[in-house]
Amino acid sequence: MSEQRRSRRFVEREQRELRRELLITPFPELGLVAMSGPNDPEPGLEVRDGRVVALDGRSEDEFDALDHFIARHGIDVGIAAEAMALDDAELARRLVDVDVPREELVRLARGLTPARLARVVALLDPVEMMFALKKLRARRAPANQAHVTNLKENPALLAADAAEAAARGFAEIETTVGVSRYAPLNAMAVLVGSQTGRPGVLTQCAIEERRSLQLAIQGLTTYAETLSVYGTEPVFVDGDDTPWSKAFLNSAYASRGIKVRFTSGGGSEALMGHAGGCSMLYLEARCLSLVRAAGSQGVQNGSISCVALVMSVPAGGREILAENLLAAWLDLEVASGNDAIASHSPIRRTAKLMGQFLPGTDFVTSGWSVMPRYDNMFGGGNYDADDIDEWLTIQRDWQVDGGIEPLTEAEATGVRERAARAIQSVFAAFEFPEITDAEVEAATYGLDSRDLPDRDRAADVVAADRVLAEGISGLDVARELDRRGFADVAEAILGMQRQRVSADYLQTSAIIDPSGAVSSAVNDPNRYTGPGTGYHLDGDRWQRLQQLPHELDARTLEDASASLPAQVVVEKHVAIIGNESDDVVIAVGPAFADGLQATIGGIAHRDVIEALMHGVRDAGAEPRLVRVRRASDVAFIAHDGALLAGSRVAVGVQSKGTTVIHRADLQPLDNLELFGMAPSLTLDSYRAIGRNAAGYALGHRVGPVPTVMDNFARAKLIVRTTLLHARETAAVAPDAPPVELELVASC
Amino acid sequence: MVFDAAGDYPLGTRRPDLVRTPGGLTLDELTLESLRAGSLDASEMRATAETLRLQAEVARAAGRPELAANLGRAAELTAVPDEVILEIYTGLRPHRSTSDQLELLAERLEREFCATLTAVFVREAKEVYAKRNLFGHDERAAQI
Repeated sequence: MSEQRRSRRFVEREQRELRRELLITPFPELGLVAMSGPNDPEPGLEVRDGRVVALDGRSEDEFDALDHFIARHGIDVGIAAEAMALDDAELARRLVDVDVPREELVRLARGLTPARLARVVALLDPVEMMFALKKLRARRAPANQAHVTNLKENPALLAADAAEAAARGFAEIETTVGVSRYAPLNAMAVLVGSQTGRPGVLTQCAIEERRSLQLAIQGLTTYAETLSVYGTEPVFVDGDDTPWSKAFLNSAYASRGIKVRFTSGGGSEALMGHAGGCSMLYLEARCLSLVRAAGSQGVQNGSISCVALVMSVPAGGREILAENLLAAWLDLEVASGNDAIASHSPIRRTAKLMGQFLPGTDFVTSGWSVMPRYDNMFGGGNYDADDIDEWLTIQRDWQVDGGIEPLTEAEATGVRERAARAIQSVFAAFEFPEITDAEVEAATYGLDSRDLPDRDRAADVVAADRVLAEGISGLDVARELDRRGFADVAEAILGMQRQRVSADYLQTSAIIDPSGAVSSAVNDPNRYTGPGTGYHLDGDRWQRLQQLPHELDARTLEDASASLPAQVVVEKHVAIIGNESDDVVIAVGPAFADGLQATIGGIAHRDVIEALMHGVRDAGAEPRLVRVRRASDVAFIAHDGALLAGSRVAVGVQSKGTTVIHRADLQPLDNLELFGMAPSLTLDSYRAIGRNAAGYALGHRVGPVPTVMDNFARAKLIVRTTLLHARETAAVAPDAPPVELELVASC
Repeated sequence: MVFDAAGDYPLGTRRPDLVRTPGGLTLDELTLESLRAGSLDASEMRATAETLRLQAEVARAAGRPELAANLGRAAELTAVPDEVILEIYTGLRPHRSTSDQLELLAERLEREFCATLTAVFVREAKEVYAKRNLFGHDERAAQI
């Protein structure tokens, strides 16, 4: 049997990045289904004497621990009868009804069961979900969270990256560890770095709960989001927690003045082998009902670390957006994923991102990797340092605030160095292993931790242990910074300690601005009720986000008038009509060699003229140089030239280099040969064009001049083309007759 | 003291008069100068039970009774030492405690720390753990 012959196109596509990951058919028994699993229960609620006695198809004696918790703390029985009486379609319609305000939707959600919540959001298409999310986000203005780690756990680099993240406007920074004993030093470096970059940034270190709480108690971190919950009891228990233990921990953090959000997300139950035949969305609805019931102010969700699993099944991306929407509907702060790698394909990653990016969430990503992917210890970032210009440009394209601000190179290196110096002085103060000047320099200017010298890791671990044993606190760090010339950073760290005293940032969706002002869903709520309301990216903030360092000033770009080049041509007299049959006109545009000096391909106008004339002569005809002043369009320039030529043949050239060979008897927009790809024309091309023009004039057989196709030329050069053409058009004198030119001899 | 839960937030800027450290310092006293003078201690840098109860009122006024309940439990836990916090957390994890041990934790919360809300919460866990087989065996639990 012969092998089936392969299509080269199919073979080629198999090599694309996308094809490194698997797409699978739904397998509902394992929970590998986005929505509507076979075991998803019919929504239902029975309340007797103010007590929930049946929930989503289960009676009280069948409740698992999650049902018990939700029944006791997660259903407002005063609203349930009203809310559950509304049908799915009516609730879904209200989600996208601009005249139904957020408060009303939040109120109704308090009476809805998990199965009901899941069924309602599943009725929405992606654009409806995005609209509903925009309406339901808790805080008015969106923000973003950064990830800061490096493989060497180098404190100078951690501080530098945290400082850059803060200066770029991230409201929260999360770090973690490779070696857990390093945690106190990493937390300290990120605290110092963040407050150097911008006061008010919240920081956390993702580690085991006891250690995490300890660092927070010492004032080295200010928030935590490690409280993971799952949608089935077996997975919850495998995670070594119950709803009560997690809820207790939540209160414990708050008692120490620490902001907390929970973490959940689709796919985790399937991955851990106990989805119970339920869909990802239904299980997430259980998680979220539980998170609110536990009294959490917020959640990190949208699949998070299982994102690639959810994206493997049909409607996975829509399910993830539905999760974020559900969390917002339940009045929770949402840090909406987009942190773990969702796909190998950059196209697919960004397509997925738009669901959260365009509506805006409290934290558009729950971890944007400020360092290159090599140093990301959260399993690689969906977006990394290399992608910063793309992110900023996409914000600018859509006029959407994704929570990241541009920095110039000098601003970035400046703040990086200062942060590295600050942590250097802190290490010196506590007699930790020295941070050398070489480390500071590499942290300031390097690419990643491979550019940094190795540290004595054993000695660092001893220092880290001392932080815990001696109880070195955020206050101690501030004191030492103040003593060593970093009073502003000390003040910022002290400011974060003050936040723990007033505890304002324990309210929903709280972030802190550089002045120390807390902005949360309480004092800065999202009250979107249609166009012109809610958050708008405008004013100073829009100016800040649109002015990218690599943006050019359109008014000075392609403006050659600044320099006064040597004269290339002189005008002699009004052009006459030629008599000789070998008279070939070279007709140039109004600004050619006068105002503009070179083509878009960078060829000097003098050289273009010389090459064309050389070509014409080479093929046995006589060139005559003419300027057409009444038009800037290359067709008319060339056709006007042809009308003047004794041979009736002319070459028309625009200042940007676009060239046409024309003949007088043709319609202006017709031609003999058109060379629209000006950027790819060389002097050889212009010589060949001159030869062909002469060939047409003399009645020879002429093969077209070969040209090169560059499909990106337009994207690359359309701006310059527009600006150059604008200058040519500005030089047009509508009624001016063509003039003959003489090339000035070059000296 | 008149407190407007709907209008007095953020406390740090709108009602600093209501905010104190555990040792009675005002926010205005938490300055670099006092740090330099050595009059600040890390143990001062946390919210008091009173502040957390005010925040609970703010949450309740904003329509978030569950968050308010959490902050209410947090207010109680300000009095509970770190080690006891971690002990209770561990005790609430699955298969760690017997029914009696959870009852003892609840009683201790009431007796030693006046943490009645948290005690109710622990007893509720006890009731559910019994139904869901989440208790530990005696001998295993005894090792914790």
